[in-house]
Amino acid sequence: MHWQIDLIILTFTIFCALAAISVKDLLSTAILFGAYSFMMCLLWAVMGAVDVAFTEASVGAGVSTVFFVAAVFRTSRRTKD
Amino acid sequence: MSEILPIIVAKYNYWLYIILMMIGLYAMISKNNLIKKLVGMNIFQTSIILFYVSIGYKTNATIPIIENAHGDSHSPHELIIHAADYINPLPHVLMLTAIVVSVATFGVALALAVKIYQRYQTLEEDEIRMRLTEE
Amino acid sequence: MRFIALIIVSLCGGLLLYATADFPAWGDPNSPANSYLSPHYIQKSIEETGVPNLVTSVLADYRGFDTMFETAVVFCAGLACFLLLRNFKQKEENFYRHIPTGVIIQFKKGDKTLPVGKEFEHIDTEWIPYDLIIKTVCRILIPFIQLYALYVVAHGDFSPGGGFQGGVIFGSSLMLYAIAYNLRTLVQRVKEKLLGLFCAIGVLIYAGIGVVCMALGGNFLDYGKLSQILPVDPGHIRAYGMLGVEIGVGITVMAAMVIIYVNIVSIGRHDEGL
Repeated sequence: MHWQIDLIILTFTIFCALAAISVKDLLSTAILFGAYSFMMCLLWAVMGAVDVAFTEASVGAGVSTVFFVAAVFRTSRRTKD
Repeated sequence: MSEILPIIVAKYNYWLYIILMMIGLYAMISKNNLIKKLVGMNIFQTSIILFYVSIGYKTNATIPIIENAHGDSHSPHELIIHAADYINPLPHVLMLTAIVVSVATFGVALALAVKIYQRYQTLEEDEIRMRLTEE
Repeated sequence: MRFIALIIVSLCGGLLLYATADFPAWGDPNSPANSYLSPHYIQKSIEETGVPNLVTSVLADYRGFDTMFETAVVFCAGLACFLLLRNFKQKEENFYRHIPTGVIIQFKKGDKTLPVGKEFEHIDTEWIPYDLIIKTVCRILIPFIQLYALYVVAHGDFSPGGGFQGGVIFGSSLMLYAIAYNLRTLVQRVKEKLLGLFCAIGVLIYAGIGVVCMALGGNFLDYGKLSQILPVDPGHIRAYGMLGVEIGVGITVMAAMVIIYVNIVSIGRHDEGL
């Protein structure tokens, strides 16, 4: 397994995590959180953990993002920090 | 410098996983919005799962599904399986349960957040504390 | 507050970074995690259970007790969302439209309701756009998603997959139905009592298989004893026990995901949603 792929995807993951907790709009947080889950799924697939990657793709980048958007729809979208 | 470089090359991925864990922990402690705290909790959980899955990896090994086992339904005892050829499946199993529990926790926490918003009309923690002391 | 948080986080991070000096090298086949129990699982799984996918065989057979409680946790999450949010009071204001003439009727105090059918239809208070393309595409796509979910559950023994992944995919196909059409359409087609029943039946199937094995003379969840009632050769009986257990997990997870979604998106009233 090449260390180049690993390093690039890990860097993207850290950027997505930092962005998800700093933006002020909660809908953008939901989408960035979905992107972070998908980067995690790619990392696990590259490491050979195919069952874990399948579960994270269906749960994290699927159902979890839908729950998040549904909750933001029913509460407010702006946040002060 | 030349003796630090092998250490960095051998352990850099553990350092990046710990940085991810600390981002999640920081978001849980210091953010005011309840939903940002939830995002931090989830980042923390997935980074721990990432660390755990990475310790089961073996170099030059393949995914934990035994090859050439489907057609030989009459002779499973003749397959010679070396443990060093397959990635360790035990961390994967434990982390599968962890992902399931994490999504269940996330769903219940979002239900609680919606209920809090219905009652106090805000999701910021300091405003909720103010409105609690006013009653 | 942020300053204290930064200090705590950097202390914690510094300690953990210092502890990484003791970790084994990445990818070492002789590290302590790879040495004690997992060689037994890798070498003996196919001759004891007959299932090539090592993760499924450890999850549903060697560590089947943990998976039963994981299913119980998902059931409790669905139950908790229902208990927290469900609101049985009808809304006070209702809007109806008379279809032939286009007149909109508003009821202020909600004692009376009009029968909805060919003449009257509901109007939601949040404006939800009507889109023909999304409805048609989703109507064609949903059966294939469900078929794929059943495939993932059934092939958990041979390829990556299993009960949990298939259940989530099935649940998300029902959520797609609610998003493309209307929340009311989903709630009328898949009633709430049916979802609650499915959520409980999955856990019952799992524990029931365990009790049947105990009644036939073995330990709890000892699938080998099932060959007294199922007409399958004893080399493969554990694979069939695992399949039954994964079906139970899939049913519970599907129902729990739909219950959590419907309750969050409509704050318990089951009338309007995304």
